[in-house]
Amino acid sequence: MKIVVAMSGGVDSSVVAGLMHEAGHEVIGVTLQLYDHGAAVGRKGACCAGQDIHDAKRVADKLGFAHYVVDAEARFRASVMAEFADSYASGQTPVPCIACNQHLKFGDLLDMARDLGADALATGHYVRRVDGPDGAELHQAVDSSRDQSWFLFATSRAQLEFCRFPLGDFASKAQVRDIAERMGLAVAAKPDSQDICFVPNGSYADIVGKFRPDALVAGEIVDEAGSRLGIHQGIGRYTVGQAKRLGIPADAKGEALVVRKIEPGTRRIVVGPRAAASRVVQLRDVNWLIDVPFGELRAQVKLRAREAPQGSMITVHAAGTELLLDTPALAAPGQAAVFYDGSRILGGGFISA
Amino acid sequence: MDANASEPLRPEARAAAQAAMEVTGNPSSVHQAGRAARRVLEAARESLAERFRARAQDIVFTSGATEANALAIHALGRGRPILIGATEHDAVRAAAPEATVIPVLPSGLVDLLLLDQMLAESPNALVCLMAANNETGVLHDIAAAAWVCAAHGALLHVDAAQAAGRCPEDWLKLGAASFALSGHKAGGPLGAGALVFSSTYGEHVAPLLKGGGQERGWRGGTPGLPAIAGMAVALDAPYETLKIAEYRDDIEAFCVELGAQVMGADAARLPNTVGLALPGVRADTQLIALDTAGVAVSAGSACSSGKVAASHVLVAMGMGALAGQAIRVSLPWNVTKADCEAFKHAYQIMARRALHHGAVPLTEARSAD
Repeated sequence: MKIVVAMSGGVDSSVVAGLMHEAGHEVIGVTLQLYDHGAAVGRKGACCAGQDIHDAKRVADKLGFAHYVVDAEARFRASVMAEFADSYASGQTPVPCIACNQHLKFGDLLDMARDLGADALATGHYVRRVDGPDGAELHQAVDSSRDQSWFLFATSRAQLEFCRFPLGDFASKAQVRDIAERMGLAVAAKPDSQDICFVPNGSYADIVGKFRPDALVAGEIVDEAGSRLGIHQGIGRYTVGQAKRLGIPADAKGEALVVRKIEPGTRRIVVGPRAAASRVVQLRDVNWLIDVPFGELRAQVKLRAREAPQGSMITVHAAGTELLLDTPALAAPGQAAVFYDGSRILGGGFISA
Repeated sequence: MDANASEPLRPEARAAAQAAMEVTGNPSSVHQAGRAARRVLEAARESLAERFRARAQDIVFTSGATEANALAIHALGRGRPILIGATEHDAVRAAAPEATVIPVLPSGLVDLLLLDQMLAESPNALVCLMAANNETGVLHDIAAAAWVCAAHGALLHVDAAQAAGRCPEDWLKLGAASFALSGHKAGGPLGAGALVFSSTYGEHVAPLLKGGGQERGWRGGTPGLPAIAGMAVALDAPYETLKIAEYRDDIEAFCVELGAQVMGADAARLPNTVGLALPGVRADTQLIALDTAGVAVSAGSACSSGKVAASHVLVAMGMGALAGQAIRVSLPWNVTKADCEAFKHAYQIMARRALHHGAVPLTEARSAD
C-alpha cells in the first residue's frame, strides 16, 4: 500500500512510519508545519522550522523513505489558534487538539493523501481502528493511560475508513520506545510533548491576548446573587469549574468556590459552590461514528480527556443533542463530551451549555 | 527536471575540476606550486573574461551567485538608493532589505515606465534586476532597463545566475555595471560564482570578506580552485537552445491541455523553464505526487525545512491564489525525450487525480503506470 504517515518528529509517529516502512508499504512521511517556530520562540532570524521537523527528516532519511514538510500555517492560524482565542473570548474553554485533528490532520492532510493516490493515512495516535460489520470503528487504545480517543471523536466515518493507528494496540509507551531504539532512531529517548504545542511557555493567555485583546480586559467576579466579590484580569483566563486563582476566600460554610459561569457580554465571572452542579448538558456540532440514534441512548460519557466515564442518557432530537448525566457535573462550554460503549467511541459533541 | 536548482555536472566541467584538484598549492603562495595553482585560477578568469567580453581584472571569484550579488550591492550600492525588481531572488532581496521594489507586470516583466518615474525621484540609484527569473524563466529586457538607468545616472546590477550559459547575452555590453554568475547553475561544480564589473566600476569594490586580501583585496579567503575551474568551462559549454526549447514547448502544451496555466507566457523566457499553475491544486501536493513518481520539480521558495511557501514571484505578478498552486519545470542541459515523456506521464496522473480529488479509479491510474 501507499501510506501517508503524519510525522510530528516525536517518537510515536516516527515509530509508526518505521513500522509501515518495515512492513513493505510505500511510506510518504509528511510533517505539517503549523506555525513559524522562529517567531514562536521570538528569536529573530531563527529558521521557521523547529527541531521537530528536523527530527522527522532525520528519521525518514535514516530509514530511507520520502519525507515532506507541508505548509499549514495559514490554516492552523485560522482554524486552530484564532478559534482558540475566539472561544475563550466568548467565555468557553476550547480543545485546540480536537480542532487540529478535525481540520488539519484528518481534514487537509487526509485530502492531500487522497490527492497523492495514497491508500491510507497513518498517525501516531493511541487509538484503535477496528473493522466492524458496518465499517471502521474507533476504539480506545489498549494502554488506557495513553488513550487519545477523546481527542478524535470529531473524525468522520469516511475519514476513519481511510486512517490507520498502529499504536493503539501497544501495551505501553515503553514498547514504542523499544522499537524506536531497535530501529536506531535518534528520537527514541525524546521526551513526550506536553500541553498545547503553540503555547511553548505554557502561558496560553498570551496567545489569547494576541488574537483577542478583549478577552484580557478586567472585569468583576460576582456570586450567583450578583454581589461583587473581586476583580479578574480577563475572562480568557478562566474555565467553568476552575477553583484556583480566583483570589476569593471560601464561603461561610467553608466550601471552596468555583467558576460556575462566564458571561462574555458583561465580562463577569460568576462563582458559586461546586456542589450545585447540573445533570443536564447541551451539545453542539455532534459527530456520530454510528448511525445517528434518534431518540434516547444510554452510554458512558467523558466530559474531560482524563476522567473516568460516567453513565448518561443521550437524547437526540431535531433541535439538538442533550445529556442527562447520572451524577451532576460542572461542564465547561467549549470542551467535548465523548460517548463510549465499552472501548468503542460512539460519537461526541462540544458542550454548549 | 529541476535544473534551475542545479544543472547536472557537465563532463568537461568535471574534468576541469578534477585536473584542478590535482594541483597542490595555494594561488597566493610565491613558490612553484603556488604559481601552478595561480595559473589555473587565472586561466579560469581569462576564459570567463573572453566569454563575457569583460576584462579579466574586473572579475571577482566568490562562493556563488548569492555572494556575488551581495558583493555587488555592498560595493555599488554604497551611498545610493537601491531599487530591486519585485521578482528578484532572495539572494538579492536579503542583501538589500531596505530597497525600494520595482513592480512587475502580469507578464513578469519589470514595469520600465514605472522604473523611469521611480528613478526620476531617486537619481544615482543602484538598480538590481535579474536577467532571467528562476521560477518563470521570464527574461527582463536588460538593454532597455540599462538605457532607462543611464538616463537617470543610475547603475544597473544584473543577477545572471540563471541566464548565463543558457543565453548568449553580454550584459556589460548591454549597459550593466556588474553581473553575478553561478557555476553550478550552468553545469559546473557547487561552490563557485563570480562577480563581473564593467571596467569603470571595478575599483569601487569594497570587500565583504577582507581575509588575506585575495582576489586583489576584493574577496578574502583562498579561492576554491576546482569549482572555479569547472565553472569557467561550464559557462563556455555549448547549449542546445533549440532542442531544449522544443521539449519545453511540448511539455507546456501537454500540461495546458490538462488544465495548467503557464506563468509569464506573454514574455520572452529561458528555453528550459516553465512555471505551471494547476488551478485549485496545492503546489506541495503536485510536487510530492511528482516526486513519488520519480520526477523532480520545485515550487515556490523552499525554506531550509523544505516547506513550500507561496511564490513571491507569482504574487508580484498578480497571480493571487495561483501563486500557491504552481510548480517550476526546468529542463537540464542533457534532457532527453524519454525524460520529457516520463514527466508528462507523471503530470497527467497527478493532475487528473488531484483535479478530481481522488475520484479517478485506482485501477485506471495503476494501469497507466
